[in-house]
Amino acid sequence: MTKIIEHLEEATIRFAGDSGDGMQLVGTQFSETSGFAGNEVNTFPDYPSEIRAPEGTLYGVSAFQVHFGTKNIHTSGDFIDVLVAMNASSLKVNMKNLKKGGIIIASKDGFDARNLTLAKYESNPLEDGSLKEYEVHAIDIAKEVKSELADLDISSKLIGKTKNIFTLGIAYWLFHRPLEPTVNWINKKFKAKDDVILANVHALRAGWNYAERNPAFQHQYVIDRSQLQPGRYRNITGNEAVALGLVVAARKAKLPLFLGSYPITPATDILHAISGYKKYGVKHLQAEDEIAGICSAIGAAFGGSLAATTTSGPGLSLKTEAMGLAVITELPLIIVDVQRAGPSTGLPTKAEQGDLLMGMFGRHGEAPMPILAASSPSDCFDITMEATRIALKYMTPVLILSDGYIGQASEPWKIPTVASLPEIAPYFATDASQFAPYRRDEKTLRRQWAIPGFEGMEHRIGGLEKEDGSGNVSSDAANHEKMVKLRQEKIDRIAQDIPDAVVEGDQEGDLLMISWGSTYGAAKTAFEQIKAQGQPFSFVHLRYMNPLPKNMAEILGRFQRVLVPELNMGQLQFLLQAKYLKPIIGFHKMLGRPFRSSELEEKIMSLLTQKEILV
Amino acid sequence: MKTVVDEMLERPHTGGGVYTAKDFKPNVDVRWCAGCGAISVLSPAQRLMPDLGVSKEKIVYVSGIGCSGRFPYYMDTYGFHSIHGRALAIASGLKIARPDLSVWVVMGDGDNMSIGGNHFIHTCRRNVDLNIMMFNNEVYSLTKGQYSPTSHRGQITKSSPLGALDDPFNPVALALGAGATFVARGHDKDRTQLQHLLKRASEHKGAAFIEIYTNCRIFNDGAFDLYTNADTRENSTIFLEHGKPLVFGKTKNKGIIMDGYTPRVVNLDQGEHSVSDLLIHNEKDSTLAFILANMTYNEDLPRPMGVLQAIDRAPYEQRIVNQIQHEIVTKGEGDLQTLLTGETSWLV
Repeated sequence: MTKIIEHLEEATIRFAGDSGDGMQLVGTQFSETSGFAGNEVNTFPDYPSEIRAPEGTLYGVSAFQVHFGTKNIHTSGDFIDVLVAMNASSLKVNMKNLKKGGIIIASKDGFDARNLTLAKYESNPLEDGSLKEYEVHAIDIAKEVKSELADLDISSKLIGKTKNIFTLGIAYWLFHRPLEPTVNWINKKFKAKDDVILANVHALRAGWNYAERNPAFQHQYVIDRSQLQPGRYRNITGNEAVALGLVVAARKAKLPLFLGSYPITPATDILHAISGYKKYGVKHLQAEDEIAGICSAIGAAFGGSLAATTTSGPGLSLKTEAMGLAVITELPLIIVDVQRAGPSTGLPTKAEQGDLLMGMFGRHGEAPMPILAASSPSDCFDITMEATRIALKYMTPVLILSDGYIGQASEPWKIPTVASLPEIAPYFATDASQFAPYRRDEKTLRRQWAIPGFEGMEHRIGGLEKEDGSGNVSSDAANHEKMVKLRQEKIDRIAQDIPDAVVEGDQEGDLLMISWGSTYGAAKTAFEQIKAQGQPFSFVHLRYMNPLPKNMAEILGRFQRVLVPELNMGQLQFLLQAKYLKPIIGFHKMLGRPFRSSELEEKIMSLLTQKEILV
Repeated sequence: MKTVVDEMLERPHTGGGVYTAKDFKPNVDVRWCAGCGAISVLSPAQRLMPDLGVSKEKIVYVSGIGCSGRFPYYMDTYGFHSIHGRALAIASGLKIARPDLSVWVVMGDGDNMSIGGNHFIHTCRRNVDLNIMMFNNEVYSLTKGQYSPTSHRGQITKSSPLGALDDPFNPVALALGAGATFVARGHDKDRTQLQHLLKRASEHKGAAFIEIYTNCRIFNDGAFDLYTNADTRENSTIFLEHGKPLVFGKTKNKGIIMDGYTPRVVNLDQGEHSVSDLLIHNEKDSTLAFILANMTYNEDLPRPMGVLQAIDRAPYEQRIVNQIQHEIVTKGEGDLQTLLTGETSWLV
C-alpha cells in the first residue's frame, strides 16, 4: 500500500494512559530513539501524585510528552500533534492540548462503559462524531496483540501487558523511526526472561505492521536529522544531571562526596541515583528528616567532604535554620532545591519557580548565599559543577534551583569527556602556625578550612557569632556588624568571578525579556519566533541569581522596557526592581506546567504593538 | 581513588601523641555557673582524653544548644557548637564521612529529648559510632527555667507555675527502645564513676549513650540529691556491674530479686534471702536491660546507675564502608566516563 510521506520540522507526541499502563516507559523509549535518529528532543513526564490512582479515573492519568525536531527544540512542546490515549480519561484530559486535525491513537478497550463513566463522557467520543476534526485511529489493541502473539507460547497476562509497546510500534511507523534501539533495549532490560522479550518485540513489530497494513494510516512523517555537534550523546534528566554533576565535581576537587537527603517529590531521583554510586566511593545517608539531611551534610563538610543535600520546597523550609548555620560557619555545601508548586504540600509533582525569594531571604538574620538556577535538564550538570567551584572557592553554602519540570524532563546531552572538564580546587589550610579559622583570603574573603585530623589546627566553630580572624566566640557589637558585612561582601564579590549576562538580539532598544531557570526553553523559543518575524526585540537568560551578573545595571539601562516571565507572582521582577529601581513588566503563570512559548509570543507581541504598556 | 583528604591525613603526626589532661584545656574561661553539674563532667572528660589512644586532632566534640552546648569550647580539640537539637545529625554526617575520628556529642535533656528527639532515636537505631553524653538536669536552663521532657509531673517551673502536666521520658528506656547498643547512666557527684563510664563508652563500637544527672543550681537545685548525695545515694541507687549480683545499700544489705517479671527489693540481713538469690547483671541481655531501665521511676526500687546494656552490632559507618568495598571488589572501581555515558548513548 502506498503511503504519503511528509516532511516536518518538528512534532509533539504524547503517550497518555493509566498510571499502570507503562506510558513513562514508551515515552522514554520514543525520546531515546528520536535522539538516536539524530533529532533534537525535549521531554516532559507528567504524572499524578497518586502512585496507582484508581484505574480509568481522570485524576489517575499519567502521560509522557516528547517534542522532537530538526532544530530549536527548547521545550517539550506547547500543543500535541499525536495523542496516544489508552483510555477515555486520558483522551478527555489531553484534548484541550491537541492540535486541530491532530492524530488520536485510541485503545478501544479503554472506552468501554465503565471507562466512559469514569471519564464522565455521556457517549463514546470514538463513535459519536465529536472527534470529526481529528484523525482518529480507534484500535482494539487487546485483540490485535492477542491475535498477533497467538502462535507464541506466551501467557495471556503477559500479552495484555504489551499494549503500550504496540502503540510505540505505531508511533515509530508514523515518524519513520527505527525499531532497533528499542529491540536492543528490550533484550538488555529483560535479559534471561525469554517470554517477556518475545512478547514485547513481537508487540512492537505488530504495532508497526498494523499501521503499515492499515489503509486508515495514510501519512508517514519524516523529520530530518539535526545539525548537532558531532560526539556521543545520551538523554538526561535534570535530576540525573545533578547526581552526575556531584560525583564529577567531587572527583575534580579530589574530595569525598557525601549526600544527606530525605525522600521528597520531585527531587528524590537524585537520591536514587547517588545511592547507586557506591563503587565510585560515594557516601550517602537517607536521613530521618530534611533537617538531618542538611545537618549530616554540614557535619560531612566540617570533616572535609564535598557535601550536598537535595530537596524540594517543603524540605527547603525545614532546612532553613541549618542553612543559616552553614552561612555563619562558612562551610562549603551544595543545597539543591527541585522546586514544586507551593505553598505547603501544594502540587507535589508540578513545577513552579516559587522559591527564589526564599533562597534569597528565607533565613533569620542577614544570611546571604549564592544562588544558581539551571536552565535545562543538561544544564543541571554544569550548574552543579559551577556551584561546587563557588562553594569551595568562597567557603559558602550554594543553593541550586532546579524545578519539577527540568528535574524530570529529559533532553539529549553531549557527553563530556571527564578529562576535558575543569579541575576544581578546594582550599585547605596548610600551615598550622598561620592558622586561624576566620582568617580570610584577601581577594575572595574565604576563611581558612582546616578539618579534623589536621594537626595543630584544632578549633571550634558553630552558630554563635565569631570574632573575625581568631574565630573565638564574640558578642561584641562592632565585631558582629563587621562579620555581617564581611559575609555579604564575600558573596557580592562572586559577581567578579562569574560571566557577564549576554544580550541576544538587539543590543539596545525598546523591549528586553529576561528569563531565569527552567523558563529558558519557552523564552528562547519565543525569542527566536519573534526575531524570525523581524521584530526589534532582545533577550537575556540568567543562571546566576545571587549575585546577579555585574553588568545587569548597564544592560537594564539600554532598554526602555523589560519583561520578566516567571512561574510565580514576580519574584525576579521584585528583585530587579528593588535592586536597580527600574520598573519591570511581569508575566506570571502558576499552572504547574512550564510556559508555552506561544503564550510568551502573544505577550511579547502585545507589548511590541502597545508601546504605552510600561509595567 | 585517593582524595586530597586521604593524602592530608596520611601526613605523619609530629606532636608525639602523648598527652595529659592539661593538653585538652583551652585557654578560655569556663562560663558555666558556679556549682553547675556540667563542670563536674568536664574534668573527667578532659582526664579521659589522653587515654583514648587517639591523637588530639582526631577528636571532635559536637554540641547542640543549651548550657551543655558550650562544652566544645572548653575542650581543646576540634569542635562544633551547632544548633538546637541537631548535634547528633551533624555528628552522624561527620562520623560517616570520617570513620577515623573519635566523635563525642554533648547535649542537654531539652536539646536531645525534645527538639532533637527524632535524631536521637534514629542515631540509636542506626548505631553510628558516637559517644553521646546527655546532661539531664530536668529543666530548660539556658532559657531560664521551663519544664523539660524529663521534668516530673507536677514540677513547678516558670512555664508550669501550677505544676507540669507532662510525664517524663525515661531516657535510658527510650535509648534501649530505639535500639542503642550501649546505654549507661551516671551523675555529676561521682567523677571517678563518670570517667569509668566515659571510658566504657569510648571503647564501645556503636552509638554509646550516657545519661548524666547534672544538677542545675539555678533552676532546679537538688533535683537529684537523693540519688547523688554521698549520704543518701547508696540506699537510693544501685550501681550495675556486669556478672555481679544486684546488691545495694549503705551496708550492702539489700538486693534485687526477680519476682516473676518484676524486680523486687529484698533484705539480705534478715535470713530470708542471700546474695545467691539475687538477680545477676548481664550487659549483653537486652531483655534484662529493659527491666532495669524501667526501675527508674519506681519509688520502691533503687535507681539503676552504670552500664545497663553493652551489646555488639556493626556500627553504621562501618556498614557503609563495607558496602562500598564490596561494590568495588565485585564490580571494580567505578569509571567516571562510563558513568557519564550511561546505559544508552549514540554517536552523532
